[in-house]
Amino acid sequence: MIELERVTKIYPGSEVPAVDSVNLNIAEGDICILIGSSGCGKTTLMRMMNRLEPITSGFIRIGGESIMDKDVTALRRSIGYAIQQIGLFPHMTVYDNIATVPHLLGWDKKRIDERVDELLNMVQLPPDIFRFRYPRELSGGQAQRIGVTRAMATDPPVMLMDEPFGAIDPINREVLQDEFLKIQEKLKKTIVFVTHDIHEAIKMGDKIALLDAGQLVQYGTPEELLTQPKNRFVKDFVGADRALKRLNLLKVRDAMLTNPTHCHGEDPSETILEHMIENELSYLLVADREDNLKGYVNLEELQGHHGNVRDVVRPMTLTVKPEQNLKDALSKMLSYDLGIVVAMDDDGKIAGVLNSRTLVSVVGETYDERGGHWGRITTKGRII
Amino acid sequence: MSENKEAGTAGRVWMSIGFIFAFAAGAYAEYLGFFTFVKENPEEIWELFLDHCQLVGIASSIAILIGVPMGIFLTRGFMRRYRDMILNILGICQTVPSIAVIAIAMTYVGIGKTPAIIALVIYGLLPIIRNTVAGLANVSSVLLDAGSGMGMTPGQLLFRVEIPNAMYIILTGIRTSVVIGVGTAALSFLVGGGGMGDLIFTGIALVDPGYMMAGAVPTAGLAVFLNWIFGCIEKWIVSPGLVYE
Repeated sequence: MIELERVTKIYPGSEVPAVDSVNLNIAEGDICILIGSSGCGKTTLMRMMNRLEPITSGFIRIGGESIMDKDVTALRRSIGYAIQQIGLFPHMTVYDNIATVPHLLGWDKKRIDERVDELLNMVQLPPDIFRFRYPRELSGGQAQRIGVTRAMATDPPVMLMDEPFGAIDPINREVLQDEFLKIQEKLKKTIVFVTHDIHEAIKMGDKIALLDAGQLVQYGTPEELLTQPKNRFVKDFVGADRALKRLNLLKVRDAMLTNPTHCHGEDPSETILEHMIENELSYLLVADREDNLKGYVNLEELQGHHGNVRDVVRPMTLTVKPEQNLKDALSKMLSYDLGIVVAMDDDGKIAGVLNSRTLVSVVGETYDERGGHWGRITTKGRII
Repeated sequence: MSENKEAGTAGRVWMSIGFIFAFAAGAYAEYLGFFTFVKENPEEIWELFLDHCQLVGIASSIAILIGVPMGIFLTRGFMRRYRDMILNILGICQTVPSIAVIAIAMTYVGIGKTPAIIALVIYGLLPIIRNTVAGLANVSSVLLDAGSGMGMTPGQLLFRVEIPNAMYIILTGIRTSVVIGVGTAALSFLVGGGGMGDLIFTGIALVDPGYMMAGAVPTAGLAVFLNWIFGCIEKWIVSPGLVYE
């Protein structure tokens, strides 16, 4: 969708190129992250794509067409543009801000009305409350949502985003990122996304382009950057805790043990107790006939109990979903001091079990250095 | 709520003080023969008042029509580097006393309304240009980046983003210019331009306070009134999204 060929930018009066002969190919529907430390040329590179920065040499093609052949305002109107400082026009209402590009393109009022409502609903800001607010009446997170919404107003296939979540506190940023990914899943836009935050890059990116001093150092999926860093620089940039960051990429599904041992609520306590002692189990999962999770029983409570297991069953306080990423699952396990957590799918059925040992081994699979960090987080494994 | 109430009480106190002063001033004016004079010569005063308004109106309109575009021009592209220089020159011009400006204008175009208007225009330009430049320079570059990034042409950027955001400061400049103009226009009597200066200067020459006040009071009233009008215009034109505290 977007092709960059030997793109170079030399600012007048400067000897060193700000962007140095970058080749890049961004597939349709991908989020491509441009990342690097400040001054590496990532923003300049992005701004060249809608000609906010003149290109010194090289070619940029969007959808097969050179951007130099297009009228510059038409080009910019066809590309969504969102920036870190948001840049909402303070003298305009939310409605007028979102309608900026539709106005420029001369949409009729009815179409604009519908589009604004649709977009506000999409980012979960009720139109009736927010339509006629002014930017100064919005919180940071709300303003940022409107900023992104404004960039999407005409449903452009390509969007340029310069640290769109940069100015937001970490908690809200996470929320916005998740929201954005959910929207992107549906809309499948081609997005160029500038950030300096490696966590954000790994989380958001389909592809990551790491830049240093104007040059493209490595271009690949987050997985590739983490597991096969091309050189020392990439390794240092993604950080010593690469393995931990990989947890962001993996889902619970990838690490969980499927079909864990469990018993049924109707089972007699004595049999189960015997079985547990035999297998040296301190507790056991309980499910009903349809594999719906009921909870667990522990050894002490079963001892001396007569009757069915379901009478002594304790509810599971914490479960994870198979689609959750491993980092969230692990942090839950750590904060509740659990050695094991049950993955439950949306229907309440047991999907699998995640324990810290399997988790470590999954993450370590492609991690070629000695796993020194892991001793710290491996809790006493209580494996069924 | 309680704060509001307090503000209300304070307001009433100031109001009553104001009324007492107004009453005292009125009584004193009557003592000086102001009202008697007004009662005897209403037509003459009205004519001179209209004259005065006309001077201010024409001069201010011209000053606005020249000043605002000039301010815009000074913030565009290549002119930006001359901006400070031009503002300095205009600042120096402003230090020339208004009466001198009127005198200089007279030496070129003779007597009558023309030199008065020319002088008033020159005198009124600076606040307008200065505030237009300051207002436009004050618009955050982020907004300009966002605007041009979304495909606004420079003209659209100017009219849809820059001017609306600079409007408050521009209007303040115009207000200052007009209010100063009302006072300065009194001097135009000296070059035969008419206006309330006629009454004021004649009053001074005759040592007739009533005569003089018949010119001075409406002039002051006009300035206060116009100031208020511009306050209303500001509220009406400037977007409620922009709040200046």
